[in-house]
Amino acid sequence: MNKLGFYPGCSLEGTSREYAESVLATAELFGVELAQVPDWNCCGATAAHNLNRALSLALPARILAKALDAGMKEIVVPCAACYNRLSVTQHELFLDEKLRRETEEAVGLPLSDKVEILNVVQFVERYIEGQLPEKVTQPFGSDVACYYGCLLVRPHDVLQFDRQEDPQAMDRVMRLLGANPIDWPFKTECCGASLSIGRTELVAKLSGRIVREAEERGAGAIIVGCPMCHSNLDMRRPQINKYLGARSKIPTLYLTQAIALACGLDKKQSGTRRNFVKVDWNALRNS
Amino acid sequence: MARIGVFVCHCGENISSTVDCERVAQQAGRLPGVAFSADYKYMCSDPGQSMIKEAIAEHRLTGVVVSACSPRMHEPTFRKACAEAGLNHYLCEMANIREQCSWVHPKDEATTQKAFDLVRTQVEKVRNDNPLEPIRVPVNKTAVVVGGGVAGIQVALDVAAGGHKVILVERDPSIGGHMSQLSETFPTLDCSQCILTPRMVEAAQHPNITLMTYSELESMDGFIGNFNLRIRRKARSVDEKLCTGCGLCTTKCPNKKIPSEFEQGLAFRTAIYTPFPQAVPNKPVIDRDNCTWFKTGKCGVCGKLCPTGAINYQQQDEIVEVKAGAIVLATGFEVKKTDFFPEYGYGRYRDVITGLQFERLASASGPTRGEIRRPSDGRVPEKVVFVACAGSRDPAKGIPYCSKICCMYTAKHAMLYKHKVHEGTPYVFYMDIRAAGKNYDEFTRRAIEEDGAKYIRGRVSNIYEKNGKLVVRGADTLLGGKPVEIEADMVVLATAAVSCDGSEELAQKLHVSYDSYKFFAEAHPKLKPVETNTAGIYLAGACQAPKDIPESVAAASGAAAKVIGLFANDTLTREPVVARVNRTAPPIFSTCMGCGLCISICPYQAIDTEEITDRSGKVVKTIARINPGLCQGCGTCVSFCRSKSIDLEGYSNKQVYQEVVAMLNSD
Repeated sequence: MNKLGFYPGCSLEGTSREYAESVLATAELFGVELAQVPDWNCCGATAAHNLNRALSLALPARILAKALDAGMKEIVVPCAACYNRLSVTQHELFLDEKLRRETEEAVGLPLSDKVEILNVVQFVERYIEGQLPEKVTQPFGSDVACYYGCLLVRPHDVLQFDRQEDPQAMDRVMRLLGANPIDWPFKTECCGASLSIGRTELVAKLSGRIVREAEERGAGAIIVGCPMCHSNLDMRRPQINKYLGARSKIPTLYLTQAIALACGLDKKQSGTRRNFVKVDWNALRNS
Repeated sequence: MARIGVFVCHCGENISSTVDCERVAQQAGRLPGVAFSADYKYMCSDPGQSMIKEAIAEHRLTGVVVSACSPRMHEPTFRKACAEAGLNHYLCEMANIREQCSWVHPKDEATTQKAFDLVRTQVEKVRNDNPLEPIRVPVNKTAVVVGGGVAGIQVALDVAAGGHKVILVERDPSIGGHMSQLSETFPTLDCSQCILTPRMVEAAQHPNITLMTYSELESMDGFIGNFNLRIRRKARSVDEKLCTGCGLCTTKCPNKKIPSEFEQGLAFRTAIYTPFPQAVPNKPVIDRDNCTWFKTGKCGVCGKLCPTGAINYQQQDEIVEVKAGAIVLATGFEVKKTDFFPEYGYGRYRDVITGLQFERLASASGPTRGEIRRPSDGRVPEKVVFVACAGSRDPAKGIPYCSKICCMYTAKHAMLYKHKVHEGTPYVFYMDIRAAGKNYDEFTRRAIEEDGAKYIRGRVSNIYEKNGKLVVRGADTLLGGKPVEIEADMVVLATAAVSCDGSEELAQKLHVSYDSYKFFAEAHPKLKPVETNTAGIYLAGACQAPKDIPESVAAASGAAAKVIGLFANDTLTREPVVARVNRTAPPIFSTCMGCGLCISICPYQAIDTEEITDRSGKVVKTIARINPGLCQGCGTCVSFCRSKSIDLEGYSNKQVYQEVVAMLNSD
């Protein structure tokens, strides 16, 4: 059994519990043990790096230091925002020796670039993809729209995602699940992100365009890897529907939810029972 | 024993107002080796020069120090005077006591002392001077021009008109370059082919010009006036002497679906093909990679059809050795393809095309006979978006420079589109309009004001296809960054102009320096714009940086003038200030150990090795050899040589040390 570190962050314990459920259920099914980083803290999210650079580096640095301290070589960070903050921090600290020493002093723990940070796609590619052919019991039969958002793929210099304007990694996984990922232009469009709270009508417009585009191009589901995108595309659906002037039915699934469903897990295990827009598995799977 | 004359000039009051010239002359007269000294009000005047000449004769002087102004000013004057008196003119040196002494110091005892010190150092130098003769190098009066676009053709025609032989080497089957692909040219909208093809024909028919098309430079050695080049003449598979250019062979070729390079992939060609109807020479080639005969050994239809039996499947590449006195590089540029742009669809959308592809659409000889029709379905586009600066001026794309030609040709495209599709709407996204040139700004204004091109200042963030339309999303930065979305039928990207494929290898073969974008580097950005750092190799056109046609042609004529200037003499005369590896009597032969360090650091590739043999022909020593034709006298090898075996003629280590010692021993 593979043992990996796991950093859930705030989302996976709150608004995106279904993401955490699907990640843990999938990991278990594929023989991976995920152990939480001990005494983990907030990654700083959008707030920290807007207000205080030192803090925005120190918070993720402490998480990485704690993981190192616990002997974790790889940590799975399903939330795209957390993943982004952790990766950018590691990148910046190991480019700048002085900054790293200052941050180490602030955190009170030594840092190392040996802790590998895995986003959900990298986690799937490394530990799940190879076993998919034997584990998929109920393949997808529908078209899906893989939606990557911004935090998973940018900045390209740091994250080195495959194709920054037209990413392919999730499309490849979905193809292994039997789905047909559509070629569409909104893969990295902005969903409105944290404006969800302050300017909901704007998010309804931005996310609404994404939902409309996916539906018009015939997708049966939107596949995501970010709790922010998910809540905007799923939880904000009433506002989106108001903007669109129509009732959109397309569900939004986390990549791990899609894997869980295709591998025969039920809606409790996959967390799909918690989705706001009903996930009609019978309509999506190959029958 | 040295007999040196010292002549101190007052330069009117320029020197004498702060330096006691008379005393400098008297003190100098007492220096060891000085046989004569004098001071005079204007040494450069006729009586002054006569004084020097007479002194040389009367006192049998073996060297002269003129203590006056900067050598930049009058060294040639005084050296000429010495030569007229029978003294080798490299034995005349100048001590600069004006710019470096009297002009920059107040009247003072120390100023006079400094003037004397300067004189003394030069006396030491002259004591160790050797008579030198200017280096003469024969000049082979043939020029090789690499690249047969408009720049290369212009160089060839100009040099040929000057009465010299030219070999024009082009790697494609025809000369003509990018200009032959263009529709109409800014700012006059005259037809590109109409003005170019007569020049192509002229180049082909000129008795002084030898065309070598479908040929590439293989290697080069030698130096200015004496280059040896090996040129690979790629096998055309068609005997150029027998072929009449009738074109029958191309009619029955079974491979008809090969994307045409000339048409930028917008049309097809056969495996045996002439790139375009006006090609020069108008003789086909067989593209062996796509030919059934070369792939399977069967077919041979063109061979059976040819009425003159010109098809030769057995033809081999041929290496031709050529001697030349000058080389001009005119290899041009390329434009980035649409697949370079992830945000514009990675080249997936057929109706997103490059500016060069639009040229073919707008060209009367193009795939649509000049009608603007989009490549995907042949429909006439109602809305066309032109994107200027696609890749250019974008450090994130690795192309921070301006491609220079795009502002103008984009305005031209918008205009041509509007002229051909009256009800159509052209949109132009731009960063700035750079239209500096004769009648250029007027031209872009005309596109906007008379032809109604809608200019939007802002960049395009992405393009995607929806329901047969291309959705172009950008921002209008003059309207406060408002997002703009246009549903276009076709998009034309003014993609960045980049250096040609293979330019780096070519530059390395010719020892020509190039910049980080692999454009060839000029010797000086302002004062030597068509020369390279390697003597005898010149630049013309867009291989140096993006250039439009007028600029390329101007540079080409400039390069041709340089070549003709070089060929004006049978021999090249050069200052003999070159480095030399010392030679001594056997069995040492030279203190050089042949370590080769100088070879690797010489910026002019002027050093190779030489083998010293005994009487029986056995190699007894290998030492460095400096080619005086290539050496520029920079002295880098002198400072690097570990065994002090290299000296610069006229500036030997010994001379420089003696000068320094003389300066330090001043009392």
